[in-house]
Amino acid sequence: MAETMEKTSYKVVGTRPIRHDGVDKVTGRAIYGGDVRLTGMLHGKVLRSPHAHARIRAIDVSRALALPGVRAVVTGKDLPPAEDRVVNLGEAAVNLKYLSENVLAGDKVLYRGHAVAAVAATSPHIAEEALSLIQVDYEVLPPVLDVREAMKDSAILLHENLKTKSLGEQTDKQSNIATHNQFKLGDPAKGFAEADVVIEREFTTATVHQGYIETHNATALWNADGRLTVWESTQGAFTVQRQLSAVLQLPVSNIRVIPAEIGGGFGGKINIYLEPVAALLSKKTGRPVKIVMNRQEVFEGTGPTPGSYIRVKMGASKDGRITAAQAYMAYEAGAFPGSPIGAGMMCIFAPYDIPNVQIDGFDVVVNKPKTAPYRAPGATNAAFASETVVDEIAEKLGMDPLQFRLKNAAKEGTRRADGPTYPRIGYVETVEAALNSDHYRTPLEGVNVGRGVASGFWFNVGFQSSVTINVNADGTCTLVEGSTDIGGTRTSIAMQAAEVLGLPAEDVHPLVADTDAVGFTDVTGGSRTTFATGYAAIEAANEVVRQMRERAARIWKVEPQDVTFADGVFHNAKDASAHLTFKEVAAQLGRTGGPVVGSATVAPRGVGGAFATHIVDLQVDPETGKVTILRYTAVQDAGKAVHPSYVEGQMQGGAVQGIGWALNEEYFYNDTGTMANASFLDYRMPTSLDLPMIDTIIVEVPNPGHPFGVRGVGEVPIVPPVAAIANAIYRAVGVRMRHAPMSPGHIAMEVLAKGK
Amino acid sequence: MEEGGEHLQAFDYATPRSVEEAVSLLAERGDEARVLAGGTDIIVQVREGRRRVALLVDVKHIAELNQLTYDAAAGLVIGAAVPCYKIYGQSDIAAAYPGLIDAVSLVGGIQIQGRATVGGNLCNASPAADTIPALIVHEAICIIAGPNGRRDVPVEQFCTAPGRTTLQRGEFLVALRIPAPKPNSGAAYLRFIPRNEMDIAVVGAGASVVLDQARNSFTAARIALGAVAPTPLLVESAAAALVGQPVSDEVIQRAAEAAQAAARPIDDMRGTAEYRRHLVGVLTRRALRGAIQRAKER
Amino acid sequence: MPTKVHVQTRINGEEIDFLCEPRQSLLEVLRDELGLTGSKEGCNNGNCGACSVLLDGVLVDSCLVLAVEVAGREVTTIEGIAGTNGLHPLQQKFLEHAALQCGICTPGFIVAAKALLDKKPQPTEHDVRHWLAGNLCRCTGYDKIIRAVLDAAKAMEAKV
Repeated sequence: MAETMEKTSYKVVGTRPIRHDGVDKVTGRAIYGGDVRLTGMLHGKVLRSPHAHARIRAIDVSRALALPGVRAVVTGKDLPPAEDRVVNLGEAAVNLKYLSENVLAGDKVLYRGHAVAAVAATSPHIAEEALSLIQVDYEVLPPVLDVREAMKDSAILLHENLKTKSLGEQTDKQSNIATHNQFKLGDPAKGFAEADVVIEREFTTATVHQGYIETHNATALWNADGRLTVWESTQGAFTVQRQLSAVLQLPVSNIRVIPAEIGGGFGGKINIYLEPVAALLSKKTGRPVKIVMNRQEVFEGTGPTPGSYIRVKMGASKDGRITAAQAYMAYEAGAFPGSPIGAGMMCIFAPYDIPNVQIDGFDVVVNKPKTAPYRAPGATNAAFASETVVDEIAEKLGMDPLQFRLKNAAKEGTRRADGPTYPRIGYVETVEAALNSDHYRTPLEGVNVGRGVASGFWFNVGFQSSVTINVNADGTCTLVEGSTDIGGTRTSIAMQAAEVLGLPAEDVHPLVADTDAVGFTDVTGGSRTTFATGYAAIEAANEVVRQMRERAARIWKVEPQDVTFADGVFHNAKDASAHLTFKEVAAQLGRTGGPVVGSATVAPRGVGGAFATHIVDLQVDPETGKVTILRYTAVQDAGKAVHPSYVEGQMQGGAVQGIGWALNEEYFYNDTGTMANASFLDYRMPTSLDLPMIDTIIVEVPNPGHPFGVRGVGEVPIVPPVAAIANAIYRAVGVRMRHAPMSPGHIAMEVLAKGK
Repeated sequence: MEEGGEHLQAFDYATPRSVEEAVSLLAERGDEARVLAGGTDIIVQVREGRRRVALLVDVKHIAELNQLTYDAAAGLVIGAAVPCYKIYGQSDIAAAYPGLIDAVSLVGGIQIQGRATVGGNLCNASPAADTIPALIVHEAICIIAGPNGRRDVPVEQFCTAPGRTTLQRGEFLVALRIPAPKPNSGAAYLRFIPRNEMDIAVVGAGASVVLDQARNSFTAARIALGAVAPTPLLVESAAAALVGQPVSDEVIQRAAEAAQAAARPIDDMRGTAEYRRHLVGVLTRRALRGAIQRAKER
Repeated sequence: MPTKVHVQTRINGEEIDFLCEPRQSLLEVLRDELGLTGSKEGCNNGNCGACSVLLDGVLVDSCLVLAVEVAGREVTTIEGIAGTNGLHPLQQKFLEHAALQCGICTPGFIVAAKALLDKKPQPTEHDVRHWLAGNLCRCTGYDKIIRAVLDAAKAMEAKV
């Protein structure tokens, strides 16, 4: 439990030190997974299905094996048979058969890009050539490519054994609908009847990818002693270890995962893809095997976020109170069940205090890659729908859209449709900060320009983290943690320890360690790292201080309770003139009992949710439909910003991903289920020329569940942008866009249609 | 049984020092040889298995292909291996041919422009190539060398189908020759892309005009379109709508409509046919206005 | 076994030679043969700039240059940007402005920005955005990168 520090002024927290790994990263020295090199290493490549849906009749690898330089080939048959049962991997429960079959196909391929076989060879070019010699006999089946089509009774089924679980009950109905869940609060029918204004709208969103610049990689060595070591870029070394254990049926203690630096993840580098394949190839060859995906493989063979169909109905009284809200949400899970529909359902009306709500959510399989988390998974789709309906209602009532949100804002004690009541939250503060911002107060001028606003919520998670701090003889400390650093967290974590230890941030050296070297630590994701691993760092630092006080006591020959510690200095209650700095005590550890090592593990529950409100000004060229973002402000409650630059960075990065999602990003599928744009040429992410500066306003409503008040910040910034942009487009050219992305062709055609 | 798809096959690499040597290599190897200049298209195509090559003939070591000369009377000669950045980097060329620079500075981003060549952009013969409509409206002539000697081809006849050109076995593009700008003339090239850089054109439109002495009517014009037909199009009917007419919105609109009628766009992931046809009208008007503005300022 | 070519070139000011197949890109050779892993592969088709290097001072994507093409040329990679006196001002400003999060795109941006400042020592914000449009970043939204480059330009002008 938290020992509340009751601190309001900080020495380190809130400052902007240079990140500890910075020099390596600006000089090209940092080792990412793709940079790993081992003696005797072979190169692996994966053969992927060209078909979106097919039965595999046979695979003939003989010609590939005969190619000089090829050392081994594997297929799904080389994986241990996986039972159709759910395994608990710590933070997620997954179906073992699905997990295994996604790594290497079983008797069916379920999406174009589905891994079918893999080769290890002495060079990547030979491995690639070998793939072209593998012969697969496919019985091609019609693909199911749209969520609503997939839900029909007449739809072709992806999985014979998949039967809908409806409202918690397992049914016998074979279907592509894996689950139907529902949240209900109050009496929606009554609430709608009471409303003076009711709006109901339908929305669709396309499949979108996380778009990290670094592709997936894994280097595996299955040693002669049966120990498997994997080097890779991952968001969670321990999560990978557990997944590997389940899929390879190897004890966790036989698996060591060594995380390299990671080039972006956003949720997409949590699930395993290449690791078991590299491991099996290594087992067969007795040598390390490295596999790196190319960009096309990332698009076709990893985990984008769902396309979706969402219907939102909302009613409000004429004085601006929402009386009822209803949502029907169908998310594409991809080839195997497990879309983030639950999270989407949690977030869709979360910023508001609504007495009557019903949300129905459907997890639906389609012949597309199995979806994976993408930064606040499920919430952006949901907010696109709900926040544009809110905008329409506010407009109908003649209310300012931010004032409308304020009037209906969720606060501490508000009950959410999925059950929990909010603790102390900062939603109202973000709306007020937006209202009072320079951006909102500046009139927008020009032709075909519009301003849009939207809010968003993400619940954040806590999960488990472990930290160990070693005190060095020179009074600095080494902090060992297990959270791979995607955005500067090793520094935010070190800063929290430094705050407790009374040391400057530079004097706490963070080390991201592997699964053998640090205690269990959950993924870097879920907006949990600065919160939970920081919490563990604080607790470990507290333990260090406790031990150091004992040493000071020994030096002064008093009792530990006579020693106090403040601002990095130990004081002797029995002698006002006596004091020792942390450094001075550290210099005497050998003489006073030996090394000082402080450890802590945490599983904190008080995460506090994250709210954001965004404002965007844009201009539309009505003839071409092109949108130019003129000005953007992201307001967010961070609880307490440990390193404000990196908090700003999360807000800016998430906002820009949302802008890309809003304007251009989508998987273009043809009717055979092939992604036509599996490249950065036509999967269009924003460039520096497509954007202005992204202004940020950090609001701090401290989270009572963390000693410094920290709330996770990483995910919520991607939730509002799509809706904010839709709302701005409406104000610019008078058309309401209900499909994302709102690409120029769509906008231009809507404007033309409106003009007729 | 299906085999595992394309892979990057090994190829040989040659660096001829003369046009004759290059012709000889290309004639000998025929379809399995391709010219390498900037490499920004061919390397990607070979790597993705979209083109099979056994020999890449690097023409960057041939002096004639590296020439970039401008003379106010004789005009401009761009060697086929001259990278884009060199063209817009030369201030006299940039000042004389702003409409060409519009296109040359749009190919990819800065890194691409450090290698990509106008010659290569032309020979790649993408229907959406940015430089080709600009070359067409500038009346560029292609200087080709081959086993039978040299020949000239007007650039609007160079591309014959998507990815295909009039080059015969053993032939390659040596240079492009562009006439000196006429008095009272101006040109512009515009394209529509969803982002602000890095994209392939959804539609491209080039326009060049020659105005009368009073600069209020058209004495000559050329309109060319990209990405709306199997090859870049010279739209003679659009030019015909302008010649002899006053410079006015209605006349510009007639040319735009002629351009729309001539376009044969398809639906693909970059745009629907309907949207492309609409954009042809928009971009033709805007390219014309840009060309007219430059003609008035010359 | 395809025939290898012996290439002699200069990389980061040093005479280097290597063997490679013609189909190997400069990026591949830098990373896999020469151990210069600072240049990254993000797309392998010239759309992300993570592999940016300078070739005779010109900014290019090394994934679109064949290694055989750099014979007798001068290549500068991220590993050659810092001088013997410490970090280049661009590198320093990237750190001060927190212009990197995951850092994978950072080498490409620094090489690209250096090429810009070599050519135009006092660029405007628009100049910087236009020049860097061939470098994708997915983490930062570019804001702090642009600020770092502009600030580095100022710092370098002050030194002159």
